[in-house]
Amino acid sequence: MRLFVSEGVPGCLPVLAAAGRARGRAEVLISTVGPEDCVVPFLTRPKVPVLQLDSGNYLFSTSAICRYFFLLSGWEQDDLTNQWLEWEATELQPALSAALYYLVVQGKKGEDVLGSVRRALTHIDHSLSRQNCPFLAGETESLADIVLWGALYPLLQDPAYLPEELSALHSWFQTLSTQEPCQRAAETVLKQQGVLALRPYLQKQPQPSPTEGRAVTNEPEEEELATLSEEEIAMAVTAWEKGLESLPPLRPQQNPVYSRLRQWNTLYLCGTDEYGTATETKALEEGLTPQEICDKYHIIHADIYRWFNISFDIFGRTTTPQQTKITQDIFQQLLKRGFVWQDTVEQLRCEHCARFLADRFVEGMCPFCGYEEARGDQCDKCGKLINAVELKKPQCKVCRSCPVVQSTQHLFLDLPKLEKRLEEWLGRTLPGSDWTPNAQFITRSWLRDGLKPRCITRDLKWGTPVPLEGFEDKVFYVWFDATIGYLSITANYTDQWERWWKNPEQVDLYQFMAKDNVPFHSLVFPCSALGAEDNYTLVSHLIATEYLNYEDGKFSKSRGVGVFGDMAQDTGIPADIWRFYLLYIRPEGQDSAFSWTDLLLKNNSELLNNLGNFINRAGMFVSKFFGGYVPEMVLTPDDQRLLAHVTLELQHYHQLLEKVRIRDALRSILTISRHGNQYIQVNEPWKRIKGSEADRQRAGTVTGLAVNIAALLSVMLQPYMPTVSATIQAQLQLPPPACSILLTNFLCTLPAGHQIGTVSPLFQKLENDQIESLRQRFGGGQLEETFDLKAKTSLKPAVVETVTTARPQQIQALMDEVTKQGNFVRELKAQKADKNEVAAEVAKLLDLKKQLAVAEGKPPEAPKGKKKK
Amino acid sequence: MAAAAELSLLEKSLGLSKGNKYSAQGERQIPVLQTNNGPSLTGLTTIAAHLVKQANKEYLLGSTAEEKAIVQQWLEYRVTQVDGHSSKNDIRTLLKDLNSYLEDKVYLTGYNFTLADILLYYGLHRFIVDLTVQEKEKYLNVSRWFCHIQHYPGIRQHLSSVVFIKNRLYTNSH
Repeated sequence: MRLFVSEGVPGCLPVLAAAGRARGRAEVLISTVGPEDCVVPFLTRPKVPVLQLDSGNYLFSTSAICRYFFLLSGWEQDDLTNQWLEWEATELQPALSAALYYLVVQGKKGEDVLGSVRRALTHIDHSLSRQNCPFLAGETESLADIVLWGALYPLLQDPAYLPEELSALHSWFQTLSTQEPCQRAAETVLKQQGVLALRPYLQKQPQPSPTEGRAVTNEPEEEELATLSEEEIAMAVTAWEKGLESLPPLRPQQNPVYSRLRQWNTLYLCGTDEYGTATETKALEEGLTPQEICDKYHIIHADIYRWFNISFDIFGRTTTPQQTKITQDIFQQLLKRGFVWQDTVEQLRCEHCARFLADRFVEGMCPFCGYEEARGDQCDKCGKLINAVELKKPQCKVCRSCPVVQSTQHLFLDLPKLEKRLEEWLGRTLPGSDWTPNAQFITRSWLRDGLKPRCITRDLKWGTPVPLEGFEDKVFYVWFDATIGYLSITANYTDQWERWWKNPEQVDLYQFMAKDNVPFHSLVFPCSALGAEDNYTLVSHLIATEYLNYEDGKFSKSRGVGVFGDMAQDTGIPADIWRFYLLYIRPEGQDSAFSWTDLLLKNNSELLNNLGNFINRAGMFVSKFFGGYVPEMVLTPDDQRLLAHVTLELQHYHQLLEKVRIRDALRSILTISRHGNQYIQVNEPWKRIKGSEADRQRAGTVTGLAVNIAALLSVMLQPYMPTVSATIQAQLQLPPPACSILLTNFLCTLPAGHQIGTVSPLFQKLENDQIESLRQRFGGGQLEETFDLKAKTSLKPAVVETVTTARPQQIQALMDEVTKQGNFVRELKAQKADKNEVAAEVAKLLDLKKQLAVAEGKPPEAPKGKKKK
Repeated sequence: MAAAAELSLLEKSLGLSKGNKYSAQGERQIPVLQTNNGPSLTGLTTIAAHLVKQANKEYLLGSTAEEKAIVQQWLEYRVTQVDGHSSKNDIRTLLKDLNSYLEDKVYLTGYNFTLADILLYYGLHRFIVDLTVQEKEKYLNVSRWFCHIQHYPGIRQHLSSVVFIKNRLYTNSH
């Protein structure tokens, strides 16, 4: 095949950068033609680059050529890449051509050029930072990156047009630009003349039309209003007018959980899983009995949930007689049906303690590296997995005597025999369900590798006893019985527990967890339940989150980095703010990170300025202008459209929550309040109230509608911020049925004449120094973090230790200075200070970092950021 | 035709039973599909390709690397050229180019019916409806292709059927 390219034609950049992908699969001849040559016989207008295929066909689209090279290399197309490429062709290209035309042909500069592409650049930057991946479609460079890089390169290679604040875009662009194929493509096409090389080509292009060149504001996520049909508006108005009449009678006992707002009969439970080695070890450590340990921690956990206002119907525990009864029953059924068998296992036994030792109760010398304190399951030094009987010089961790190898009996759950039933069940359950993709993926990958028999007994005392002769000294493995805890906790809540747990036709079971717990819920428990053949309710929707990181690293209890459940209440930040922010960044779909700065930002912008501001203004207008009574509302077509928009967003909220997209549904709430703020801003009731009779009536309508939107928001907020929701409802004196039922339509719940209560602000501003002191208290300064990780991953920890212990004060002092200087620079940037001033302070910061690196004995970090060309 | 309506047509022609709801974004009313799992999808051709996969009709996206690239090229052509410009002049150039491209082809990829044919048919419909008999004869290959696609089972649905005359009336135009 033959690739026709031309100097000074921007489309040739990605094509040349991608051509290498086809190497070894096809022969690509590259011909250089003039930018005005008509290579493709059927096209009237000149088009370069073009790929002439061996079949005689032509590819004349830049993206299609790149795509073809990638396809040849074995890559498969996917939705995300398609989306990026379509966006590139329809959105980015028009904006970019305009910017380049202004820059190169018309000689414009600065914002005149950047204005037309800023929104597109911001979009890329946001996507990159939101998904937290170095590349557009994930962890590795792919088609989308090459196509977008090629399109952007002529403009962004000039640092003046790569806005500093778009840091994710910045580093993405730098990464790609330094790669060899990209560098070579850039050299071929731009001939080291920069963007001016495109001049002859751009001069031939038509002048961009004004719409393409319009300066777009720097509002990152400005929501555009959807267009509405007459029908949608009419329906919204009808629903609104029915108001309170359409609410069904209230069911007793309402709590802030979405399904209860829908009047679905819901049982919401959680509990502490208390059996197992971890408990026994902890008990030894603290000098308590296992039961005392469990009592202590159960109370701590329950208090945390209570503080966060999590409204479980029951927060139970696994150490109950019900647990023993149900677990043993399931076990007996499995045994009877031949899904459990016995096997002999060689195991260490401590004669002194008179018991077999679980892995965590043995220590000894690693058989691989000779490390003295290897654990029974893994060596901390070389990281290899160890079979406890292979340890040299084993020691019982409790009494330090030397255990001996003896054979003992264990029970195994025959998962391979149950695999077929499980697959049948999954085949029935998964299609159309709301299992998160990661839960499905983890389950499938376990099934793909084939299920292995699983040992379900352990040599412990602290556990559910095994009801079988010869197993008096053993208990069930915690993961066999932990998931049965949900059943026993329900049994402790109601003697009708079987109506929940043996009723798969009527009960929809949603389970929420982090992804590491998926296999036990999607495989182990379902297998046990299917094998027991007792018509158990199995999970219908398994909702697993990804991980939440802390600032730029991981939460780590042992290093004291991060905020943990019991500490949240000591921060002085109310539980509702925590709930809001943690749900706002809920790791749905991908990992996300907790950041103090972001928490401050979201609190001050979304809660204070958007939501709080709107609700407060709406209420204040009613009290100040109308004596606390909701005024008459005479809806104009504009108001009717607003009703329809709010209804649409409300329905979106319902759709998302029915799909358990908790984070996304929160955005709908904020969107409605943004609509509300705009509505007030445009209609200016505070001015109209002083005007003519008609103006006063208009002010009344706007105020009445706004306060009704506030009432709606209070209900939508209930699952997210129950306290704030209740406060709003008390301020507005929302009638009881409207407080806790949410229909799919927006109703007038505060009719004219309704008297509201006293209105006061809902949220408090978070201040920089307050957040800064919290950040310091909970650790996670970026430097400490990287340093710590370095020490951990280093193969020679001893060396790092000697260096650090040699001059710890000096290092600490430097670290403090770096943190201080870093904050100072951030502040300057936030204030949009003079560039030179910022540069000088950045230089100081880099110098400090270098000194710190030297003190720590690390090679200095390569300077990040802009590379001077 | 609004993008959402077009995607509903596509769903039916693919035999997908459950109708998706689409929202529209921005002044160009770009369609957005909220998928059950994973992020929402934005853009006509992106969603269309997604629906094809959902219907297990991957062959409509092309079978070889070459076909796949050609299908995507014409999908891009559809959203940038057909939807992008609508001055009379632009449309004339577009039809002229397409006419000469289709000279030796049954479908856009050559011999196989694909998503590119479906979406280009939907996109061109509003222009072809307005062509005069003479113009239809001038863009003979486009007419032949268009007539073929509109008779393809399940594609046209409620769209008006465009009449093409079998005999040439303006012989001297050739």
